[in-house]
Amino acid sequence: MEHAATQMSGYVSRPATIPGLGRQLREHEMVISMGPQHPSTHGVLRLELVVDGEVVVDVIPHLGYLHRCFEKHCEHMSNYQQVIPYADRMDYVAAMSNEFGYAVACEKLFKIEVPERVEYIRVIMAEFSRIVSHLIAIGTYGMDIGAFTPFLYCMRDREHVLDIFEQTCGARLLYNYMWVGGLSHDVPPDFADKVKAFCKYFRPNIKELNDLLSHNKIFIDRTANVGVLPPEVAINYACSGPVLRGSGVKWDLRKNDPYSVYDRFDFEIPVGTGKVGTVGDCWDRYMVRVREMEQSVNIIEQAIDQLPSGDVRAAVPKRIRPERGEVYVRTETPKGELGYYIVSDGTPSPYRVKVKSPCFVNLSALPAMSRGAMIADIVAILGSIDIVLGEVDR
Amino acid sequence: MIPQEMYDILRAEFDDAVLGAQLEGVLDPELTVSPERVQDVARFLRDEQNLQFDTLMCLTGMDYTGGRLGVVYHLASIKWGHKIVLKTELTAEQPHCRSVESVWKTANWHEREAFDMFGIIFDGHPDLRRILNPYDWEGYPLRKDYRVPEFYNGMRVPY
Repeated sequence: MEHAATQMSGYVSRPATIPGLGRQLREHEMVISMGPQHPSTHGVLRLELVVDGEVVVDVIPHLGYLHRCFEKHCEHMSNYQQVIPYADRMDYVAAMSNEFGYAVACEKLFKIEVPERVEYIRVIMAEFSRIVSHLIAIGTYGMDIGAFTPFLYCMRDREHVLDIFEQTCGARLLYNYMWVGGLSHDVPPDFADKVKAFCKYFRPNIKELNDLLSHNKIFIDRTANVGVLPPEVAINYACSGPVLRGSGVKWDLRKNDPYSVYDRFDFEIPVGTGKVGTVGDCWDRYMVRVREMEQSVNIIEQAIDQLPSGDVRAAVPKRIRPERGEVYVRTETPKGELGYYIVSDGTPSPYRVKVKSPCFVNLSALPAMSRGAMIADIVAILGSIDIVLGEVDR
Repeated sequence: MIPQEMYDILRAEFDDAVLGAQLEGVLDPELTVSPERVQDVARFLRDEQNLQFDTLMCLTGMDYTGGRLGVVYHLASIKWGHKIVLKTELTAEQPHCRSVESVWKTANWHEREAFDMFGIIFDGHPDLRRILNPYDWEGYPLRKDYRVPEFYNGMRVPY
């Protein structure tokens, strides 16, 4: 960066103001660049840390390294269905949840009713994708802090879920499975057995994970009382998902603004309690994810027991020509509240698709969480937000 | 609270700022407000006891073609559970809108994105820079009349 270079060249030519900071550097401050190729930024994110010694005064994030013009692409699709593979590639570790939100939004706009079987399978898949996403978040978070072993345990369990996905739709990461008005395939015949076997296998592993990582003394020392996000600040930043719930706000769209068939299941919303530190610290956000996995297993077990038989596609014309109109639909993905704002002008292709990405919004609260922390804490705070740059940059 | 009541309250408070409403026959009820007063309306919506729109779910820039731009605000209240859509309309010659960054911090990055993609200038924003495109990018990519530049920093763009 330009001002970093002038900074190096001596004290003569201080730049007027630093973009993003809004002022000059003070006497003892300096700027450290973290990323875009840094193992703990979880992708290509660049942070400029304004530091005074070891203490972080401010953080200036620079995004866009993975910008792929998702919204512009959508406007040039020849129909609404073609957007779904692009939606997969936003949050690529939980692609099912992205498709789910888009399909729900389109169906609301087109006024399509989908068969019950579709709704149940979608819920099962979305909860599986929550487990997968949280396993990655937890595993990599441990690795950021310095615990390598839990990562391997998490990856081992994730593999079982990916096998179920692969048997259902042939893909392990980017599925194109939930279509507008239905699913691309029905589930395989032994699906229910596989799902039940997984639930039985996975439940004890959460306890194992807790013993290994959650209640580990070193892990707690690194994460408790670090990056505290008070609830009113979290709401003002429109944080969502585990970041909001970690701050003690009991808000989950599956309960508070139910979509699909989530109102038929019995599950709890875990929130941060400040058990080992302050409410809203990194450990709380981490622990919300662990406890959400338990709840996801509960939902999956209930859904697989109630799974109705029937068709997996509604009667939808191949080329949908919706009426003029617009809709905003938000769904609860593993990262938080994913919103689709879709505007139709009456032609077969979307006029505008805007994605409100939970990672983008949660990341915008990073400077608020980081001020006054140590440089090493930035790694812990960033990991606890759980961003995927594919969704931040779209 | 139903959208009609919200409309009545807003009309009583800001007679000249609320330009219209579409409450029936749409999926999400919407109110149109003037771009100069949107900050006042937003602050009122957030602070009024019976409304308490504490969350800005989404802020979208829009290009309605023909030199008409717009900003769409999707608001929700965690306390009351109700939602409303605010809209403002701007022109491409005068793409100015009041910033709501001081009301909801989350608007900071959303407004930067709308500026980046549509060239909408949010007056009162503390740090209006591009966010997703490179800082030296030219043009506003999500406008409908946008053409991909042939050169970027003197290099020919290959497609």
